[in-house]
Amino acid sequence: MKKQISYWKEFSKGLWEINPTFKQVLGMCPTLAVTVSAINGVAMALATTFVLIFSSMLISTIRKLVPSQVRIAAYIVIIATFVTIADFVMKAKFPELSKALGPFVPLIVVNCVILGRAEAFASKNNPLRSLLDALGNGTGFLIALTLMGSIRELLGNRTIFGYQLLPESFQPLLIMILPAGAFITLGLMMGLANIYMNKKKKSEIDSVISKYKESKATFEESKA
Amino acid sequence: MNNSIKMIIVLTSIALVSGVVLSGVSNWAAPHIESNRIAETEAAIYLVHNNARSYKKIETEFGKVYKVYDEEGIPIGYSIVSEGNGFQGKIRLMIGVDTALTKITAIEILEQVETPGLGSRITEDEFKNQFRNLSAQPSVNWVKGKTPEKPNEIEAITGATISSKSVCAIINDVLQKARIEKQSNKL
Repeated sequence: MKKQISYWKEFSKGLWEINPTFKQVLGMCPTLAVTVSAINGVAMALATTFVLIFSSMLISTIRKLVPSQVRIAAYIVIIATFVTIADFVMKAKFPELSKALGPFVPLIVVNCVILGRAEAFASKNNPLRSLLDALGNGTGFLIALTLMGSIRELLGNRTIFGYQLLPESFQPLLIMILPAGAFITLGLMMGLANIYMNKKKKSEIDSVISKYKESKATFEESKA
Repeated sequence: MNNSIKMIIVLTSIALVSGVVLSGVSNWAAPHIESNRIAETEAAIYLVHNNARSYKKIETEFGKVYKVYDEEGIPIGYSIVSEGNGFQGKIRLMIGVDTALTKITAIEILEQVETPGLGSRITEDEFKNQFRNLSAQPSVNWVKGKTPEKPNEIEAITGATISSKSVCAIINDVLQKARIEKQSNKL
């Protein structure tokens, strides 16, 4: 029996600790392709989260029935079904939304965040935990995509969410809205995230060492 | 139970359930989607001709043409639905032209599956407005990275030259067909 962590932790770990984009490095294809503007990033992340939540819960519910040899095939069918349902419902009832999201929807099937979470988490945990995990990962994905979209839109088009933030005198960096800009932004953001994590780790180690030295000193003092 | 039989049963039932659910959803959604599509096409007829008040549908060999009339019943031009290949799929658009088929009044993109953020910008006003009152004589041309100089030129979207080119090609293609029809007095 593995150690159970709290429900809050189950949700919040997706935000940073195992952030789909920065830590698991999953779902890169849509991440790189659609983050030309902040609103695109938000739309893609919301659509993905929707599918992630439902497929995680269903996969977790039937996890004991599916033989392990055919699990991937089963997951793909389930995920594709949810994506298609979402696509149909949007086309029928929300044509405007569907028009805006249209090209993103088929991309969700191949988003490996969903399959990754199904395989790594939902197939081993109960539906409630899977729901929280899906919500957390979806939110983490949302944060990462919004950040990337904002940076690329700001530098490539002077705007964020369509609001102009940089002055006209700023020459837009066209490369930022082209595919190369996606790689540059993602690389720099992952680098920064790693620098931050390394610093944090180092300060933790330092504090442990200094505590040890202190306790050793007091111990030797008392001995003397 | 034998494991391989279990595998077959599980996978088959998942696929079956998925198929049943999808066909149900599809049946429910199809009429809605169709009516949305018709409503959108009708709205686009008037979008590409600001002064149009009524229209008459003409079936031609190359698709549907809507002849539009102003409030006094005088024909002011045509709204033509056309589709062709884009960068990675079909682009369907509504083209508004005058009665002589020489000047484009406006265009409206009805359907497209271009790259989000790049090719999909053909749906944005910045691109579409270039076609307002654009001369289609002898054909619509595109330029890259500079401001258009001639009355029949538009500027292609940076990073989406193929999508921009495709829109021009679709327009040129359908206008050419329409001109032939016009010569034989079918329009």
